[in-house]
Amino acid sequence: MKRRNHNNRQVELPNFCHLGANLRIALTVEAALAAGVAARVADVPAFWAEFVALSALAQPALLLTLLALCAAGRWLRGLPYRMGVGATLLLGMAVPVLAMLWLSPLLAGSQPVPVAGVAAFALLLGAGLLAYFNLRARALSPAITEARLQALQARIRPHFLFNSLNAVLSLVRSDPRRAEHALENMADLFRALMGNASQLAPLEDEIALTRAYLELEQLRLGDRLQVVWHIHKMPADALIPPLVVQPLVENAVYHGIEPLAGGGEISLNIYRSADKVHIVVRNPIAADVGRHKGNRIALANIRERLLLHFDLDAQLKLEPLGAVYQVHIVIPYTRERTQPAPARPHRR
Amino acid sequence: MNAPNPPLRVLIVDDEAPARHRLRDVLADCADELAVNVVGEADNGLDALNQAQQKTVDAVLLDIRMPGMDGLECAAHLNRLAAPPAIIFSTAYDAYACQAFDLNAVDYLLKPVRADRLLRALSRAHSLSTRVLDRLRDAHPKARSHLSVNEKGRVVLIPVADILYLKAEFKYVTVRTAAREFLIEESLVRLENEFGERFLRVHRNCLVATARIREIGKLPGDEDGHFLRLDGLDEHLVVSRRQYSTLREKLVKHKQ
Repeated sequence: MKRRNHNNRQVELPNFCHLGANLRIALTVEAALAAGVAARVADVPAFWAEFVALSALAQPALLLTLLALCAAGRWLRGLPYRMGVGATLLLGMAVPVLAMLWLSPLLAGSQPVPVAGVAAFALLLGAGLLAYFNLRARALSPAITEARLQALQARIRPHFLFNSLNAVLSLVRSDPRRAEHALENMADLFRALMGNASQLAPLEDEIALTRAYLELEQLRLGDRLQVVWHIHKMPADALIPPLVVQPLVENAVYHGIEPLAGGGEISLNIYRSADKVHIVVRNPIAADVGRHKGNRIALANIRERLLLHFDLDAQLKLEPLGAVYQVHIVIPYTRERTQPAPARPHRR
Repeated sequence: MNAPNPPLRVLIVDDEAPARHRLRDVLADCADELAVNVVGEADNGLDALNQAQQKTVDAVLLDIRMPGMDGLECAAHLNRLAAPPAIIFSTAYDAYACQAFDLNAVDYLLKPVRADRLLRALSRAHSLSTRVLDRLRDAHPKARSHLSVNEKGRVVLIPVADILYLKAEFKYVTVRTAAREFLIEESLVRLENEFGERFLRVHRNCLVATARIREIGKLPGDEDGHFLRLDGLDEHLVVSRRQYSTLREKLVKHKQ
């Protein structure tokens, strides 16, 4: 199977290419600078002057360091953890020192760079940050993360389950073949619901699942449910957390189609833009206030799973656009590293 | 076989075609034990009410969750018929409603429906009292889409969207639409609770449709007295002193 395993992993170095990690590092460096300056000067104007001057020097160095760490990230994380930590600290010390040596002559009123000071500052901060990332990784340890993911994932609306069973039963005598197909779809859906929540899965699998789900809904709702797919630009091999698209569509059916006597149209638009995968689901807004609470629960659930998988690199936006309700998800584009993909079982 | 009873005339109401189909199948399976004549199928509450007025219906198999008028509201309107049919609710899953049914000893079916359950429910089917229906609606609070009155043996539906004001008089409430007025036997407090989003209280005995307020004016010769007028209606409605300030506040919010 073409899956990326998050299980049973040792504590890893953070991914320095991720926005979340970078933000945390940048904020810590600035906070440390501010604390250092505050300890030396007496009044507020002097503090600001010195803090800005120091930041002007430190920011480019920080940026270069992060770039270097991001570039070396794959290699660093390939090393055993202790060696990786050593190499990261070395890199995190060397780049700022070199950057300072290179930058400070460019700035007016340059003083000789206190090389030892910069190195010590970088080393201390680096060690502190790595300790923090280590703790954070343990707190979000695979076991805990997986339990949380599993609890978040294993939810299906009982309403959907029983109505679908009822629809299948109605077909058993009159159209056994359609009944068989519907049961196959249900089996796929439940396999996914009970599957491993911590593994990312290819987008095309999620789409197959969503189609299976929609076929079941079509059985019940008939012409009331119209679906428009815009997925010709979809990166089929992108890895996404399982059960992100299907629950969004389930939500759209439950809140947008079922309350409308005449039915309506759901549109799915999935595309890639630079290094992001965009998933946009739209449904008509039904004037049925009684159901909004359930909506938020389902969306909060998806949001939390995105956070557990991608930290700050994924987004979920809710956008009411007049008579249409839109959910827009942005996920970093990642692919399986091993090529070529082994054959997968046939899915309709 | 015993002397055959006349077949039970049943109306099937569900918004999903397969669910109606399934009920027909199961009813056919029960034919030996209970003679049933399916007199119609409806996929929404309004159509169900229409059919129940045109045909004689002994029992209605009524889905709770339907778009527009839901099953609980439909039952309340069906109950205004001169000879209200027996009502058996059906639902795929609805924890709150089922709890309310159990509390009030109302028969209901869980989908997928089993033949023996359906038989048992039909054999002891009975019409429900208004009191019980009110309680069921309380457990499942959703504002009705229509109010209903019985006029000369027919149930007349009043779309809530058409109502301009509701005014309490003795034990009745006058329902005023642009076209005419109706008398209903409901309490103004209950109506206010149910439709609080749409109507505003302007007087101890009067609720008006917020969106239909045209103007508020001062009563001549009275310092604090105010009246208001509604779209399409010449009548002046008195605004009580107590309600005037809250009315102004809410109207400002409403305009925003």
